[in-house]
Amino acid sequence: MTLPPDAGAEDEEKYLAEGIAGLQHNAFYMHRALDTNNLKDALKFSAQMLSELRTSRLSPHKYYELYMRAFDELRKLEMFFREESKRGNCSIIDLYELVQHAGNVLPRLYLLCTVGSVYIKSKEAPAKDVLKDLVEMCRAIQHPLRGLFLRSYLSQISRDKLPDIGSEYEGDADTVNDAVEFVLQNFIEMNKLWVRMQHQGPMREKEKREKERSELRDLVGKNLHVLSQIEGVDLDMYKETVLPRVLEQVVNCKDDLAQYYLMDCIIQVFPDEYHLQTLETLLSAFPQLQPTVDIKTVLSQLMDRLSNYAALSTEILPEFLQVEAFGKLSSAIGKVIEAQVDMPVVGVITLYVSLLTFTLRVHPDRLDYVDQVLGACVKKLSGKAKLEDGKATKQIVALLSAPLEKYNDIVTALKLSNYPRIMDHLDNSTNKVMAVVIIQSIMKNTTFISTSDNVEALFELIKGLIKDIDGARDDELDEEDFKEEQNSVARLIHMLHNDDPDEMMKIICSVRKHILLGGLKRLPFTVPSLVFSALKLVRRLQGQDGDVVGEEVPATPKKIFQILHQTIEALSSVPSPELALRLYLQCAEAANDCDLEPVAYEFFTQAFILYEEEISDSKAQVTAIHLIIGTLQRMNIFGVENRDTLTHKATGYSAKLLKKPDQCRAVYACSHLFWVDDQDGIKDGERVLLCLKRALRIANAAQQMANVTRGSSGSVALFIEILNKYLYFFEKENPQITSSVIQGLIELITTEMQSDNATSDPSADAFFASTLRYIQFQKQKGGSMGEKYESIKVN
Amino acid sequence: MNFLAGAFRPPCNIRITFSDGKTRKKVSVKKENGQAAMLPLFHSQENIVGEVCIEPNQGKKIEHNGVKIELLGQIELYFDRGNFYDFTSLVRELDVPGEIYERKTYPFDFSTVEMPYESYNGANVRLRYTLKVTVSRNYVSNIVEYQDFWVQNYTPTPTINNSIKMEVGIEDCLHIEFEYNKSKYQLKDVIIGKIYFLLVRIKIKNMELEIRRRESTGSGPNTYVETETLAKFELMDGAPVRGESIPIRLFLSPYELTPTYRNINNKFSVKYYLNLVLVDEEDRRYFKQQEITVYRQQETS
Repeated sequence: MTLPPDAGAEDEEKYLAEGIAGLQHNAFYMHRALDTNNLKDALKFSAQMLSELRTSRLSPHKYYELYMRAFDELRKLEMFFREESKRGNCSIIDLYELVQHAGNVLPRLYLLCTVGSVYIKSKEAPAKDVLKDLVEMCRAIQHPLRGLFLRSYLSQISRDKLPDIGSEYEGDADTVNDAVEFVLQNFIEMNKLWVRMQHQGPMREKEKREKERSELRDLVGKNLHVLSQIEGVDLDMYKETVLPRVLEQVVNCKDDLAQYYLMDCIIQVFPDEYHLQTLETLLSAFPQLQPTVDIKTVLSQLMDRLSNYAALSTEILPEFLQVEAFGKLSSAIGKVIEAQVDMPVVGVITLYVSLLTFTLRVHPDRLDYVDQVLGACVKKLSGKAKLEDGKATKQIVALLSAPLEKYNDIVTALKLSNYPRIMDHLDNSTNKVMAVVIIQSIMKNTTFISTSDNVEALFELIKGLIKDIDGARDDELDEEDFKEEQNSVARLIHMLHNDDPDEMMKIICSVRKHILLGGLKRLPFTVPSLVFSALKLVRRLQGQDGDVVGEEVPATPKKIFQILHQTIEALSSVPSPELALRLYLQCAEAANDCDLEPVAYEFFTQAFILYEEEISDSKAQVTAIHLIIGTLQRMNIFGVENRDTLTHKATGYSAKLLKKPDQCRAVYACSHLFWVDDQDGIKDGERVLLCLKRALRIANAAQQMANVTRGSSGSVALFIEILNKYLYFFEKENPQITSSVIQGLIELITTEMQSDNATSDPSADAFFASTLRYIQFQKQKGGSMGEKYESIKVN
Repeated sequence: MNFLAGAFRPPCNIRITFSDGKTRKKVSVKKENGQAAMLPLFHSQENIVGEVCIEPNQGKKIEHNGVKIELLGQIELYFDRGNFYDFTSLVRELDVPGEIYERKTYPFDFSTVEMPYESYNGANVRLRYTLKVTVSRNYVSNIVEYQDFWVQNYTPTPTINNSIKMEVGIEDCLHIEFEYNKSKYQLKDVIIGKIYFLLVRIKIKNMELEIRRRESTGSGPNTYVETETLAKFELMDGAPVRGESIPIRLFLSPYELTPTYRNINNKFSVKYYLNLVLVDEEDRRYFKQQEITVYRQQETS
C-alpha cells in the first residue's frame, strides 16, 4: 500500500461508480419486474442490486452514497410488497419467508427489513414480534460498516412503527417495553460494531479510522434520539431501564471516542428534567470512563444544560435542592479527578469552572458553595508548583472571573476565603492579569469598597500589582503593560471610599501600608491617588469643621497631613522629586484651607528642599518654580514673616534660573506674589514694580546676550509679555504702575522692532499688535477704564 | 430413431391410463433427456387402478400369446445401465392368447400395492415404478409399453428429535459452538439455530451453511459416492468477536431435497449433511459437517 493518498481516492471513486452502475443496472430489471408484478424476478433483482452493498472497498462516506441509492430503491420495493400483499397474490407471511431464501446474507436482511416494515403495517403479527425478529436476525452482519448501515436501515424503517404508547402498533399492556428493548438492542449492537471498527486494520491508519468513525457516529447516536422520542419513555422508564442500559453499554465499550460522543448524546437528547432526577446514576458513569475521554467538556455540557434549565423558571429550583444537585455534581467531579490520574491540570480546572458556573447560576445565594468549589480546586492545586501551562492559567482566570461577573460586586468575592489561595497558584503575569480583571470589575460596576477589612482582602488579591513578587524579573515586563496596570491600581484607590471619616482613615492607612511596599517604579503611579484620596477626606473634614472635637477622634486633618507627609517623603526618595513637589504643594494648599499654617509651611519647606536638592534639570526647575509661585500666590494663612521667607525664596530661585528668558518669566510671575487680587489680599505695589523692573532688566540682558552670541537681537517677545503684566497691574489699580511707564515700554518695544538688526518674528509681531489693539479697545470703551488708558498713546 | 421407429412401427397403439388420472396429483420429474414430465403420484398401499387400451393400426390385426400388465419397482444403477433390478413385481393377465382386430380396453387393478421405496432420480442411481404392458407374440418380438408413475411415502413425525449441539474448534485459534434445533427435518422445514463464538483469533470473512447430499451406490469395491452441494446459504458477513452469537434460519423449501434413504434394498443410500463453513481472509475454509435426517411428512392441509 505505497499508493499516494490521491490514488486511493481515485480508486475509490472508481469503485463507487462501479457500485452505482451495478446497482442501477439491477434496479432497472427490478423496476421492470415490479411493473409486471413479477414477484420472483423482483426478489431476484432486488437481491442482486443489494449485493452491491457487500463491497468492502468504500470508505464510509462513499458507502453512504451507495446506501442512499439503495435506500431509495427499497422504498419502491416496499410499496410493491404492500400492494402485493393487499392484492392477495402472496400473503405477507409468505413474503416474509420468501425473501429469506436469498443466499447472501446482506441482501437477505435488507429485504427482510423491508418486508418486515410491511408486515408490521399489515398488523398481521404484533409489531413487537416482528421487530424482535429483525433486530435479532441482523446479528448476522458482523462487518462493522455494513452492519452499521443495515441496522441504521432497520432503525429508519421501524421508527414510525414502534409499539409506543398511543401508537397504532401498541399491542397489549407493556408493549412500550418492547419498543424500548428493540431500540436499545439495536443501539447496543450498533455501538459494538462502531467500536470494533477501531480495532480493525493496521495501526498506522488509526487516525484515518478515527476520522471515518466520527463520520459514522450519528448513525449510532440516532438510536438515542429515537429513544428520547418514544412517548412511553417516562421518567420511571428512563430511570429504571433506559439510562442504566445505555450507560452500561457506554462504560463497557471502553472506547474513548464512543464514550465521549455517547455521553454527550445522552445529555443532549434527553430532557433536562430527566437528567436532574437521575443525576446520581448519570454521574456515576463518569469516573468509569476511559482516562482519555474528554470528560470535562461533557460534564460542562451537562452543567450548562442544567443551569439553563434552572434559569427557565424559579419553580424548578426546589427540584435542584431536592436532588442535591450541587453535592452530587461536586462529588462526581471529585471522583472523576481521582479516577483519571493523568488528567492534566487544565482539565481539572475546567471542570471546576463549569461547576462554579453551574453553582452561580443555580444557587447564586449560596456563597458557601462557591467557596467550596474554589476550595476543592485549591486542594487539587496544592502541592503543585505555580502553573506554567497557559491553558490552565486561562481556566483559572475564568474560574476567578466567574464570581465577579455574577455578583458584579467584588465585596462578595472578597468573602470567599479560597479566592486568594487560588490566585497564589497563578504565575506572576497571569496573577497580574487577574488582578487587573478584578479592578476592571470594580470600575465597571463602580463598586465602592467601604471597609478597611475589605480593602485588606482586596489588596491581598491584587498584591501581584502592588509589589514585586519574588523571583519576578523586571526585564520581562512590558513598560506599557506596567503603566496600564499601575494606572488601574491608581484608579482603584479612588474606589475605596467610606463616608465615615474614621473608617476612611483606616482605609487610607491600610492602602498606604500596601502601596508603600510597591518599590521605586510603582510609587509614582500609586502615591498621587492616595494623596488625593486623603486630601478628599481632608476637604470633607474641613467642611464639618465644628464637629471635630477632642483628641480621640482618629481622623483629623492634622493626622492626615502627617501621614501624607510621610507618604510623599517616600516618593521623593524614589526619586521622583517633581511629582513629590507637586504633591507637597497640593497638600500645602489643602493645609492652607484648613488653617494649619505650620503644616502648610512645612509642606512648602519640603517643596523648596526638593527644589534645591533634587531638581537639577533646568526645564524641571522652570516648571517647579512656576508651580511654587502659583501655589504660594494662593496661600493666605501665612503670617508676614513666613510669607516673606517663602516669597523671598521663590523670587530668589526665579532669578537664578539658568536661561535668561526663563529667569525673566519666573521673575515677572513672582510679581503676582505681591498682589493678590482678593479683598484682603496683599497689595504691595512697590514690590510688584520691583519684580517687573527686574524682569525688564533681565529681558534686556537676554537681548544683549543674543546680540553678542548671534549677531542679532533676540525676540522682543519677553518685552511684550512684560508689557502685558504691566497692563494687568495697571488695570488692577497698582499705583506704582503708571501710564507713562507703559508708554515708555511700548516705545521701547517699537524701537526694538524697528532696529536694523532685529530679527523678524511674526508671532511676536502679532502678539504686540494684539496687545496694542487691546489698549486701543480699552481706550474706546470709555468709562473709568477708558479714562485710565486715555494717556497712553498708541500709534 | 424416428426413421427406424417409422419403419418398424409397432402394429398397435397401447395406452395405459389411470382411472383417477384426471384428479390425481402429478409431480414434475426430470427425465433422462433433461425434459420435465408430469407423472401421477402414488403412495404405498394405494390401489393402482386403470385400463389398458390397445388399438391396432389401421387394418391390422394382432396375433398374440396373451396380454399382461406388470407393476414393477426397479432400481437401475448407472454403472450397470440398462440392467434393472426389480424389487417389486406384480402381474395381471389381461387376455388369453388370441387376436385383436380392433380397439380393445382392459381394466386392471392392483390393490393396496406395497411400494416400500420412493421414486428417485439420482446421480448414479434411479429408482422407478412403472406399469409394463406386454403383448406376447410368437416369432416376432413382443409389443411392450411402459407407463411410469411416481411414488412418495410419508414418514410419521419422529418421536425423538433431538437438537444438534456441538462445540468444535482449533486450539487457541477458533472455538465455536453451534446448535441446530433438530436432527430430523421434514422437507419443508426450516432449520433454526445459533452459532456462538467462544474464541476468535482468526480473521473470519464470512460463514455459510451448506446442505450437501451424499449418494452412495453399490457395495463393496463397487461403491460409488457422489456428493452434491444443494445449497450455499451465507449466514454471516464480517468478522465476529468473542461472545457473538449468530442466528441461523434456513428454509428448506427452495431446495430440491428428498427424504434420507438408508440402504435402499442394499443398493444405495442418500444422506443429507449440514456443512458449516467459516472462511477467513486468506480464503482458508474451516468446516464441520453434521448429518441430518430428512423425512417426508404428511401434509396436514
